[in-house]
Amino acid sequence: MLGYLARRVAMTLPVMGVVALIVFALLHLAPGDPASIMAGDAASPAELAEIRARLGLDAPLAVQFVTWLGQILQGNLGLSLHSHKPVAEMIGSRLGPTLSLAVATVTVSLLVAIPMGVYAAWRRGRLSDRLVMAVAVLGFSTPVFVVGYGLIYLLSLKAGWFPVQGFTALTIDPIRFLRTATLPTLTLSTVYIALVARITRSSVLEVLGEDFVRTARAKGVPEARIVLRHALRNAAVPIVTVVGSGAAFLIGGVVVTESVFNIPGLGRLVVESVLARDYPLIQSLILLLSLVYILINLAVDVLYTVFDPRIRY
Amino acid sequence: MTAPAPAEVLRIEGLTVSLKATGQPTVADLSLAVRAGETLCVVGESGSGKSVTSLAVMGLLDPAALAVTAGRITVDGEDVLAASPEQLRRMRATRMSMVFQEPMTALNPVETVGAQVEEVLKVHGIGDAAARRRQVLEMFASVHLPNPERIHASYPHQLSGGQRQRIVISMALILRPKLLIADEPTTALDVTTQRQILLLIRELQERFGTAVLFITHDFGVVSEIADRIVVMNRGRMVEIGSRDDVLARPSQSYTRMLVASVPSLVPPERAPGGGSEVLTVAGLAKSYGQTRGLGGILRRKAGVAALHPTDMRLARGEILGIVGESGSGKTTLARCIMRLVPPSSGSIRLDGTEIAGLSNAALRPHRRRLQIVFQDPFRSLNARMRVRDLIAEGPLNFGVSREAAYARAGELLERVGLSREMLGRFPHQFSGGQRQRIAIARALALEPDVLVADESVSALDVSVQSQVLALLRGICDESGVGILFITHDLRVAAQICDRIAVMRRGEVVETGTAAAVLAAPTHPYTRELIAAAPGRGWNFAEFRAEPQAAAL
Repeated sequence: MLGYLARRVAMTLPVMGVVALIVFALLHLAPGDPASIMAGDAASPAELAEIRARLGLDAPLAVQFVTWLGQILQGNLGLSLHSHKPVAEMIGSRLGPTLSLAVATVTVSLLVAIPMGVYAAWRRGRLSDRLVMAVAVLGFSTPVFVVGYGLIYLLSLKAGWFPVQGFTALTIDPIRFLRTATLPTLTLSTVYIALVARITRSSVLEVLGEDFVRTARAKGVPEARIVLRHALRNAAVPIVTVVGSGAAFLIGGVVVTESVFNIPGLGRLVVESVLARDYPLIQSLILLLSLVYILINLAVDVLYTVFDPRIRY
Repeated sequence: MTAPAPAEVLRIEGLTVSLKATGQPTVADLSLAVRAGETLCVVGESGSGKSVTSLAVMGLLDPAALAVTAGRITVDGEDVLAASPEQLRRMRATRMSMVFQEPMTALNPVETVGAQVEEVLKVHGIGDAAARRRQVLEMFASVHLPNPERIHASYPHQLSGGQRQRIVISMALILRPKLLIADEPTTALDVTTQRQILLLIRELQERFGTAVLFITHDFGVVSEIADRIVVMNRGRMVEIGSRDDVLARPSQSYTRMLVASVPSLVPPERAPGGGSEVLTVAGLAKSYGQTRGLGGILRRKAGVAALHPTDMRLARGEILGIVGESGSGKTTLARCIMRLVPPSSGSIRLDGTEIAGLSNAALRPHRRRLQIVFQDPFRSLNARMRVRDLIAEGPLNFGVSREAAYARAGELLERVGLSREMLGRFPHQFSGGQRQRIAIARALALEPDVLVADESVSALDVSVQSQVLALLRGICDESGVGILFITHDLRVAAQICDRIAVMRRGEVVETGTAAAVLAAPTHPYTRELIAAAPGRGWNFAEFRAEPQAAAL
């Protein structure tokens, strides 16, 4: 197991290398050279030459890449073109809100979606199953910003239970964190709950048709235990797959949700950096998000082996 | 006859089970009884309703598809059909148990087998954890599992088919139920394993006085274990009686037909035929590489030999049987010869042309000359294609005109015993036997020199099986195609093959004429295989016991 883990972690390194190469190439593929992008339209040739020399842009590309990579590995992500602050610092300050939002969303979603899916599978074909699935379809097909504004309208403006906007970190004030994080979490969870509930239902249903479920019935195992103990664990692999890829898709939802609720997180930083064409910032954000994707994939692969003893790499 | 008859454990009266959708009965007006210590065999072909009957007794019918519409089932005096779901649940494993056909899928793949057997005790509220574990280990010893402690902690995929079936039997019998229903429990196993499992069921039955309802399609097995036999056909009971009555003096023509269809282990007299050599295999070997290390990229370990260097000859108009148990390499050999998998080394000469080393492009013109008929007629035909196109596809690929190919498809369909009018139909409109005929027609359409039949009759009922065997023999004699006939069933091999090669662990251990191999085997493994073939104590064709061969 440990050997497998070590091998898998080692395998992520070349992937990260390729990502870094692409990110590096991005800046050089953009129209004009990086110096003219950085200097802006109004820069004089002298200014451009000065920037080129300062950034080492007159060196061969391979050398530039290695230099750039070395700096990143030392934590030096460069300066933002826009704010002229260190990129690492900018990202660091935005990490907390997004991370807490993502963790809360995944937790809430799994706690809601898996029981929902299992229940629907167990009551397959009945009214309760159809209701659950109708809710799931609705949740899946409603755009994130509609859910967000809808929740704000009902629970903030009408009921007045939650603040309309803003964010307080958990470390600063746990109570205020809960009040500010609840609506964004619910917003972000809707799609995710729908996705996971549906895959849970269909995987559990499929397993319930297997021979060993018949064996379990033949030995007098109660129905609830059949569903929870025999079916759910066997259904785990497809569920984990969807939970993993869903978590990756969450990033898109994070951008919208942070904008709707005015949360100073990474999602908004992504939007801001793209609009400002802040290339060093974009590069770092892509690298960071790629790393997150890779880590999620790694976690999914490791979870497979936990749930299914037949999967041994 | 002074001793009172043992108590009736299972009694079925006037049972009718109907399809919910159409109301059509799949089992109609069935009555039977099984006494303690007795084995009642229910025999029938597919669709006879034998499995539905067993599931009805267990209360395990799919409630969405099937419903009991009439009759009464009592197990150990308790009415199964009137029981509440909770009562029924408590009866399972304590009064009635079931062993299923497929030991590969009957166990939960993600839990240890020990936990799964312990679960029986747990859900019936027996013992504490330590006592349960002890009892399971004892049970594993009773079913002769080696090293019970290690097995207890194993997952199903780490065990062999025979071991898994022993686990399922442990599960079924650990609470000493009065009734054991065994639904084709040995059909998926090799003959030598089958023999061990049959012996085990008998041993436990004698020890615990269990009544056994044994469902099977195999008259060989029936002749060895049955006290009484029920013959079923299309949901109805055809005949019931003692083993000797049904096998030796069947009163119904359907039973006579079934019993007489069981292929004999004695090959029929056949003139030593065979023309010129069409296929010569020399030193053919296949090993599968196992890779490990960084995602399989870096290190490559030594391979597993699926086929050791093998020599083989096949003449025109000859049927060469390749016989062996699962994992013996017979399918690997066939696939290498077909070049469906690339052989690791060796030579394959097809009518003088060496094809082992040809590139795929160079091989293409020779593909026509090697054709195959697979085991499962339900999956080997493209469900979206009409029969006409299925048969004509090969010739069209090789440049035959559409009219000519379609005309030939009609001829071939008639040759395999179907009618030309069926050309426009789809595979699902045919029975298993008919589909296998279509698969044969498809293979013949390219006028091959060599036809590989890979377990081509194994999925068919005995009565259909004998017809398809006769068809293959006729085609071979008529067209002179050489047939490699792969089978695990010695009876089938005896009936159709001129010569037989016996394989074990990737090696041919014995080759000879069918009569020589079956009557005077020289290799101990061949002798073991023949000894394990069920029903050697019975001559089915002549409806009498065969005293010289020892029964189980």
